[in-house]
Amino acid sequence: MVRFIARRLVAGVLLAFVVVTGMFFFLHLTGTDPARGALGLYATEDQVAIKSAQLGLDRPVIEQYLDWLGHAVTGDLGTSSAQSSPVIDLLVTRLPVTVSLALGAIIVAATFGVVLGVLAAVNPGRFDRALQIVMVIGFALPNFWVAIIFAIVFAVGLRWFPATGYVHLLDSPVGWLLSITLPVAALALGSIAAIAQQLRNSVINVYSQDYVRTLRSRGLPPRTILLTHVLRNASPPALTMLSLQFIAAMSGAAIIERVFGLQGIGSVAINASGNSDIQVIMGVLLFTVLLVVLVNLIVDILYGALNPKVRAA
Amino acid sequence: MTDIPIAPAAPAAPLRRLGRFAANPLGIVAASVLALIVLASVCAPFFAPYDPNLIVLAETLQPPSATHPLGTDASGRDVLSRILWGGQVSLKAGSIMIATAIAVGVPTGLIAGYFARTFDGVASWVSNLLMSLPEILILIVVITSLGSGLAPTMITLGILASPDLFRLTRSVVINVREELYIDAAKVSGLSDTRIIFRHIVSVILGPLLVRCSFVFGLAIIVQSGLEFLGFGDPTRPSWGGMLSSAFQTIYRAPELVFAPGMAIGVSVMSLVILGAAIADSLGAERAPTARRRSTGTRRSTGTPAPGAGPGTPQEGTPQEGTPQEGTPQEGTLTTDVGQTPADALLRVENLRVTYRGEDGTSNAVVEGATLHVHRGEVLGLVGESGSGKSQTSFGILGLLPPEATLSAARITLGGESLLGRSERELQRFRGGRMAYVPQEPMSNLDPSFTIGSQLIKPMRHQLGASRAEATTRAHELLDRVGIPDPVLTMASYPHQLSGGMAQRVLIAGAVSCDPELLIADEPTTALDVTVQAEVLNLLRELQRERNMGMILVTHNFGVVADICDRVAVMQNGVIVEQRPVLELFADPHHAYTRMLLASTLENAPPRSRHGVRREVDS
Repeated sequence: MVRFIARRLVAGVLLAFVVVTGMFFFLHLTGTDPARGALGLYATEDQVAIKSAQLGLDRPVIEQYLDWLGHAVTGDLGTSSAQSSPVIDLLVTRLPVTVSLALGAIIVAATFGVVLGVLAAVNPGRFDRALQIVMVIGFALPNFWVAIIFAIVFAVGLRWFPATGYVHLLDSPVGWLLSITLPVAALALGSIAAIAQQLRNSVINVYSQDYVRTLRSRGLPPRTILLTHVLRNASPPALTMLSLQFIAAMSGAAIIERVFGLQGIGSVAINASGNSDIQVIMGVLLFTVLLVVLVNLIVDILYGALNPKVRAA
Repeated sequence: MTDIPIAPAAPAAPLRRLGRFAANPLGIVAASVLALIVLASVCAPFFAPYDPNLIVLAETLQPPSATHPLGTDASGRDVLSRILWGGQVSLKAGSIMIATAIAVGVPTGLIAGYFARTFDGVASWVSNLLMSLPEILILIVVITSLGSGLAPTMITLGILASPDLFRLTRSVVINVREELYIDAAKVSGLSDTRIIFRHIVSVILGPLLVRCSFVFGLAIIVQSGLEFLGFGDPTRPSWGGMLSSAFQTIYRAPELVFAPGMAIGVSVMSLVILGAAIADSLGAERAPTARRRSTGTRRSTGTPAPGAGPGTPQEGTPQEGTPQEGTPQEGTLTTDVGQTPADALLRVENLRVTYRGEDGTSNAVVEGATLHVHRGEVLGLVGESGSGKSQTSFGILGLLPPEATLSAARITLGGESLLGRSERELQRFRGGRMAYVPQEPMSNLDPSFTIGSQLIKPMRHQLGASRAEATTRAHELLDRVGIPDPVLTMASYPHQLSGGMAQRVLIAGAVSCDPELLIADEPTTALDVTVQAEVLNLLRELQRERNMGMILVTHNFGVVADICDRVAVMQNGVIVEQRPVLELFADPHHAYTRMLLASTLENAPPRSRHGVRREVDS
């Protein structure tokens, strides 16, 4: 098991490295100009050249890359070219917002997805069919549109939740909960549908396996068979879906932040994109990819815990 | 994403598919709506009532009226015209994304699946990498360098979506490659390229269409998300851009959010439903499991939901003697509705098992089986595969799948009827009073649980044994069935055992709660020839030791001669002959029995059934 985890960890770090490296060179070699971005359209060429030299952009790209990488592994992500503040400070204040949304959405989605998926699998007929329809709708409606509708109905109309703004967990737990409820709900809807659908299919599939019939022939109660044997064998594909949904939730959060006026990593990235602020974009990317790697690692460990064959391999 | 199992379709029957598709009203509606949306967008220049960018400051935020059917936005632009024009952006976005995803995913999938080797490894790694990327962030990176035009963003998105098509193509190709007809084609001298084109491409077309409908939907959603974030051309009307500007006036005119959202939602929904309808019409030719899933047809889980009441479909008649729905009339039987001795351990009279097809047809697999087993007696249930032997066994155990209907005049075990029992009541009988030994040992052990836990759990439920008692008992049982190291085996997982060991474990599990009746369904068929005799001996010993009644399902008269007391011969769902084994061997009455005997005994003449025969034929 330790070797299994170590291998997955190495694979994850390699993935993060490849993505970050690829994107660094992509940004530098396609003519993105942070100096121009920082100074705006009306700066003269001379001013831009001076700024370029200040930012070290006149060095060869490979040198800039090694420099960035060397600092990044020590936790120093450089300085924002547009705001002249350390990138890490920016991320530390903004990251909790996005992570709250994405993690919140994934927890909600996992809970509801598992319950609905299992119910659909063991209640064929109307319930299953109704759920299928809800799932199609859940996929088809863009989550930012659902977020707007939620904002209109529950924040502007009913005033149950704040329409905008993020409250820090440490400042006021209740305020924090209220501030993320609507965005999390909007984000979770599509993921609930995806997870429920996946679990429904795999539960139905596991039920048709020979060993379930044999377990029944041994006189085990249906509930025991469902909750231990069937669910455990059905969960690996649902877990994979869960990690994919987390990645989707990170993406979705970047858009939904805007609906609720939350200053998360999405708005940081969008502003940085407008300013060609490569350092900030790279910082956001690195953090996000590492987060994805972490979640994938957790899923892999769970996967291994559930499947003895994987663990042994 | 898990690979969806895709069974390659038989050579296409386009007309039949089209017919099936036409029979699906939802699919037709979705296709029509989609056609309408495409037509409206393409023809927007001709019949949109206004220029979509025409700003009329005197008419801002108008409610719907005769002149503006959907009202106007904050700049006084006509909402309907903008919706119609906005469809063009979505269509272009979807087309670019799909073209990219196909161009990247399909050829790589073909190569990876067909030629495998190193390329497969590398491509699969890249595909996993792409699937780990949050698309919006990657799009923001691309937009930073290349701008927010449709081409760079949608090509990027297409590349990010290509793993889905890559995996699909790869798994289809691997499936097809393993199909026999490819080998046949190779033998007949077709070149590799011809093989790819003739077979693989024709097979992949259907599932690819289905995935593309999802990818197209995704394109519409993400593209409008980008527009909503402000990455777009403000001079070009788009659904996402409309949402973005409607969002600015959310307090004054929240209803403006509605139309573009619906346009996106309805388009994507139609695409998804159309995809599902195509999948259904294609899937009908595929493996039944895949079809059941996609259509969501009534496939109840073998075990009813926890808490589900009595009256589960698989348990026969509410009252004894009353055949359940759909039972054919009594008079047409080819055998008598026989009587069984009142003192028999198991009495089964006129057992029928019927499967309902999805098209409403019903298929009778057991048509009035009557048999009995005394305590300490072994009944051989013999017949060719498909004659209904296993179905009879499952019928007695109450383990038929939900699509099966069971009826019988009588099924009693030790005088107690098994008919009309709820799943909960049957639980009392299963394991404790009647037990089952399956045919294929490996697939009958839960791969995720240790052997120990699979042995201990039933004893705790059936016998109320404590964990320690059950563990000791499990050790004894494993020892009894000839497992060399019970402690080690208890801690093992099924994949660590050999087939013979697994079957011994299953036999131990079957007898663990001291059943009166053991039903063994071809218990040696899946085993190595050398192990078969040992397992049979073990079964016979256990049966004698415990004075159990036993039904031994087999197609092998050698096995019958060895251990059975009586034989029931089954043909096409009917028991044609049922007699003591020596009598039957000496003087078979039924022509079918004679035929079976002749074919089995050619290479293995029966010896005295009391003599120990080590070799077992077939």
